[in-house]
Amino acid sequence: MCLGIPGEVTAVDGEWAVVNINGVEYRAGLQLVDNVRPGDWVILHAGYVLEKLDAAQAKETLTLIADVCKKP
Amino acid sequence: MNDSTHRIHLGHGAGGRLTHELIGSMFMRHFGNPILLQRADAGIIGQLNGTIALTTDSFVVRPLFFPGGDIGKLAVCGTVNDLAVCGARPAYITAGFIIEEGFGMNDLERIVASMAAASSEAGAMVAAGDTKVVEHGTCDGVFINTAGIGVVPAAWQSLHDGSRIAIGDKVIVSGPIADHGMAVLAARNEMGVSAPIVSDCAPLNGMIHAMLERFDGVKFMRDATRGGLAAVLCEIAEKKPFGVIIDERRVPVRDATRAMCDMLGFDPMHVANEGTIVIFIDARQAHDAAAFLRSHRYGGGAAIIGEVTGQQPGMVRMRTAIGGMRIIDMPEGELLPRIC
Amino acid sequence: MSGNFIDRQFYDRRACETVAGDIRRISKRPVTLMEVCGGHTHAIQRFGIASLLPSGIRLVSGPGCPVCVSDKRFIDRAIALSRLADVVIATFGDLIRVPGSTSSLEKERSRGADVRIVYSSADAVTLALKEPAKRVVFLGIGFETTTPTTAAAILDAQAKGIRNFFVVSAHKIMPPAMAALIDEGIAIDGYICPGHVSVVTGPAIYTPIAQRYKKPCVISGFQPLDILLSIRMLVAQIERGAAMVENEYSRAVRPGGNPEARQCMQQVFELRDDTWRGLGTIPASGCGIREEFRRFDAEACLDVDVEPTRGGAGCICGDILKGLKTPHDCPLFAAPCTPAEPVGACMVSNEGTCAAYYKYNRCAEKTPA
Repeated sequence: MCLGIPGEVTAVDGEWAVVNINGVEYRAGLQLVDNVRPGDWVILHAGYVLEKLDAAQAKETLTLIADVCKKP
Repeated sequence: MNDSTHRIHLGHGAGGRLTHELIGSMFMRHFGNPILLQRADAGIIGQLNGTIALTTDSFVVRPLFFPGGDIGKLAVCGTVNDLAVCGARPAYITAGFIIEEGFGMNDLERIVASMAAASSEAGAMVAAGDTKVVEHGTCDGVFINTAGIGVVPAAWQSLHDGSRIAIGDKVIVSGPIADHGMAVLAARNEMGVSAPIVSDCAPLNGMIHAMLERFDGVKFMRDATRGGLAAVLCEIAEKKPFGVIIDERRVPVRDATRAMCDMLGFDPMHVANEGTIVIFIDARQAHDAAAFLRSHRYGGGAAIIGEVTGQQPGMVRMRTAIGGMRIIDMPEGELLPRIC
Repeated sequence: MSGNFIDRQFYDRRACETVAGDIRRISKRPVTLMEVCGGHTHAIQRFGIASLLPSGIRLVSGPGCPVCVSDKRFIDRAIALSRLADVVIATFGDLIRVPGSTSSLEKERSRGADVRIVYSSADAVTLALKEPAKRVVFLGIGFETTTPTTAAAILDAQAKGIRNFFVVSAHKIMPPAMAALIDEGIAIDGYICPGHVSVVTGPAIYTPIAQRYKKPCVISGFQPLDILLSIRMLVAQIERGAAMVENEYSRAVRPGGNPEARQCMQQVFELRDDTWRGLGTIPASGCGIREEFRRFDAEACLDVDVEPTRGGAGCICGDILKGLKTPHDCPLFAAPCTPAEPVGACMVSNEGTCAAYYKYNRCAEKTPA
């Protein structure tokens, strides 16, 4: 089965959005999320937007590596 | 205007007046050459001096037209490339059509014109052909078979069997992989995907022969079609006293192609190409050969992707982009039907 | 990889090497970590993660492949439905080669059955609209990630007044299986928890497992750095004797999960006992279509005789799904059970343990500790 993969929302039309993944555009359902706007990064799974990606959280996870990898 | 004048019907394949007119107005007009114009039962191609290579391929791609090509262009390029990777200079090709009753004349003309352009570019002459028409529903639009014949110069006669491959040889791929399969899939418009992916379909004999003339260290070549890059590598390594190891970071894949593969769960290594070749070459010439390919119209993105190793004979392995190791295997089952 | 500006950084080779090196530094004892997500099985194999870990860390695949845990009767029912003249089976690609008792959807298709591969349940609804003379039956498999998408499709079909769309649900939820495995005595030291299931459910569903069984649970993303970091976090917990739920995939998994997706799922589905291939019946682990959506339920509306379940002698998919055995332990592995001619579900699905082994690990390489 296909994985959930990240993409950028480029257009929203009611319950459907265009998600762009490196130039590939997919018309995905928004029935499972609220408040999605063009410019949001989201996870696309089996034809639907599953969730929005949080860039700030991503940064935090990455800094974990710098910290965590020095602690016992 | 009578619509039937714009469509193929059973009469066009019956061998009578309609067939004669179709051949004249369509095939002769686009393919016209002295051999074909004789309209004999067989094309008399004369003497061919040297070792002869012969190949055939049938094309059932769906949809018939896609970004970067169509069934006609595929039919010519597929056969031309199969000859070229064996070292042969494509001289003559045949074209057999099986057309569904009701097929649009305009579409047929587009396809034939496309074949004429491709064969002209390849320098191969369409020396024989055939047309059959079948009842509506018994074939999907049009199916095409091509056969090709060419001469293999003495110096290039061992290229097709891989017998010269040696440990330490490098592996080059002539451009980004998986474009054809994904372009065709996107063109089917069945999955709500719109993708700016263009098939790599192209006649490569010019590029291949130019490379062979400059680089005598080329040991083996193959056209990476169905089964993708993985199939070529696995077939060549199978039961041999050497293995192949590839570096994932060096395998060129366009971003959009990668995205579509990721989305739909395909491995780019397994996806069909139609204008990409795999080359095994003496390590000392690899760098220059890759650079030469990149300077050619059809070799943009050519890269050294790996090498032939004495470890793990018979196996194809890949160093992953993060430094891990995995095996590359033959694809199983029919991933993408009617891709060429 | 898909070059998303966020995810690209989770693919960085140097960062992966740093984390892998750190795992080797802190790992003192042998541990067994189980992942229960097809996407993780696939990613671990694809990136060659195991080859970067010290030999003391054993990665085991649990029942995370929804195709693999779908029991034979589900396939047999789909096959029986496909034999009805006006039925179109709409399914995810993996299912068509899964062996039923005597056939498979792929074999039925070659005999003339109308079986179509779709990427989304929404595609199946579109198909129903386009072909009003046909009955479109969508095969619903997947865990909490996919179940909401099937629910959304049913709600959409209801809103559009569609009468020729049906679903056979084999949807399941994860935590009961995770608990059942430990109850059966399977020796796991920690769980790599499914990433996209957790996007829907939130981290709290793993708290009972961490507390009751004292096993650390780390929710992981799907890029190589995510998986390595999650392994690092698990090993660190194990070394200090902790058993908590941690969320490595915080960029996608919110503390409360996705309430809209859960609400959608719960509106259409209710929990029922379900049979998992290899695990047997697990109470309250499956998702059945609620009575008020009965007219979309293929099991309720489309009457077919499903053949008695049988076949697959020698197949140890059950033990493999539980992580008790590896593919190499199976007498059928690679001969005669191969991806081309699979005997069991573990070999068919791309996410199946045996398919992954066959493809990626027939001569596994490990970094020395």
